[in-house]
Amino acid sequence: MAVRVGVVVFPGSNCDRDTVHALALAGAEPVELWHETASLEGAAAVVLPGGFAYGDYLRAGVIARFSPVMRSVAAFAADGGLVLGICNGFQVIAEAGLVPGALLRNRSLRFLGRDVSIAAERLDTPFTHALAAAGAPLRMPIAHGEGCYFGDDTALDALERDRGILFRYVDEHGRRAADDDREANPNGSLRAIAGVINAAGNVAGLMPHPERAAEAILGSDDGAGIIRSLVESAARAAAGERPVAVGAR
Amino acid sequence: MSTHRFAVNVTPKPGILDPQGRAVEGSLGHLGIEGVSAVRVGRRIELTVDAADESAARGVVERLAADLLANPLIEVYAIEPIAGASSASQPAGVGEDA
Repeated sequence: MAVRVGVVVFPGSNCDRDTVHALALAGAEPVELWHETASLEGAAAVVLPGGFAYGDYLRAGVIARFSPVMRSVAAFAADGGLVLGICNGFQVIAEAGLVPGALLRNRSLRFLGRDVSIAAERLDTPFTHALAAAGAPLRMPIAHGEGCYFGDDTALDALERDRGILFRYVDEHGRRAADDDREANPNGSLRAIAGVINAAGNVAGLMPHPERAAEAILGSDDGAGIIRSLVESAARAAAGERPVAVGAR
Repeated sequence: MSTHRFAVNVTPKPGILDPQGRAVEGSLGHLGIEGVSAVRVGRRIELTVDAADESAARGVVERLAADLLANPLIEVYAIEPIAGASSASQPAGVGEDA
């Protein structure tokens, strides 16, 4: 039986259908979770998709953070439940404090919609274990105005030390992008951070869109490994196993 | 109960890159203005609170500012009462030409 994976739908979400499609391709039974309902419908994992939740007013993601569904997602995450935030979903979980850091306005001040390359820093997580290799470039789109990852030096050092950096922007050869490399790290993220994972290893977020690069007809299926990792981990969680990385750090 | 009006000024934390501020600064030359630096762009939120007294009202604004209006990782805020606006009724036309 296919594992149930929830996709939260806020007013202003616009990647929810893409995410549902990509999850179904990976063998899951996706279920949409409306922001006003607190029930997670028995999902074994929850994805917060991209978009402009509540119009991104005030700060991207902050108003969504206080919605009824997010109270349930926070409790689910605290209990070890698998949560993945993509793009605006990453902004929401960062605002909610489920993952460290904040997403600032892109350094160019421009909304950026284009392809980038990222590479996983580690494969021992519920979100990356099905990828072929750490450090291998994965091509997928970004589409955001506030994607510049920020933490102060102390927080960034702690993140490196605790292996909290999940994805980095890389150049075409897989080399880590410099902060000022506008080609490879277009939003100017500090230490080229494209995605992070919490200390417990069950909540992750990234700015690029793996669900928009999950089958060859979309121009790249490099994102499929991330979606597949999540679905397989959800199936294990549903079967009563612990997420891959919990307790590993 | 009394009515109190406040403004919450939210600005980027010192040291945080503020590309908006930099863009504004970069435009000053086009205006022929010199001697202006350290431009920081933030936002100002004005609100009215009904509470037992001013201290209670300020407590509500503090909580709102810390939990919602500002992100302490990247922003700082300052709360200011808006002078003359605290009364038993909603001030009308504040900031407008009367």
